Amino acid sequence: MAWNEIVCTIFLALGCVVTLTGSVGLVRMPDFYARLHTAGKTDSLAQLLILFGLVFVTPGPVDEIGGWLIRVKLLMVGMILIIAAPTATHAITKAAHLSGLKPWTKTDPGGEPK
Amino acid sequence: MQLVYLITAVALLVGLFILGIRAIAGPTVWDRILATNAIGTKTILFVTLLGYIAGRPEFIDMAIIYALVTFITTIAILKFAEKGRLD
Repeated sequence: MAWNEIVCTIFLALGCVVTLTGSVGLVRMPDFYARLHTAGKTDSLAQLLILFGLVFVTPGPVDEIGGWLIRVKLLMVGMILIIAAPTATHAITKAAHLSGLKPWTKTDPGGEPK
Repeated sequence: MQLVYLITAVALLVGLFILGIRAIAGPTVWDRILATNAIGTKTILFVTLLGYIAGRPEFIDMAIIYALVTFITTIAILKFAEKGRLD
């Protein structure tokens, strides 16, 4: 393997780990605000890792403008997502908070998370 | 290198199905919206990886459109769930 494929493999493997961690956390966390924590953070990090890893293995000449088109588009998706994903997470949090959803604590009289 | 792409795509698919559990079973509507939003982000990555598996990285154009559409959809559904109407 060439050096760029090794770098890409490392980035993709990290992205896989972060993605699966976030998915499992979204199922296993006790209440909505804890799930928000795992989902919001891992989404932003995993997409950055995977898209940035793919930049290294994009085919095309490096010394021409045509070869850079796909790479710039990959980074553009990353920029769109790194602005849009936290904004969406914030909007979900605000809507849930305004609708009266209370965070779960261990000292709740009910004891069980929703 | 195809194997690396395939393993990453399978990991994304497994993550998608795990998120689908929360999207179906979520007790509140906010859980479902959160899971749907995360599914959208993972689909973008999956479409991009599909282009690299097929040897045609031009599929990235679809990923750009999907990123924009997912964000607008999340905001629209949130507004509808919060106020009950869209105007």
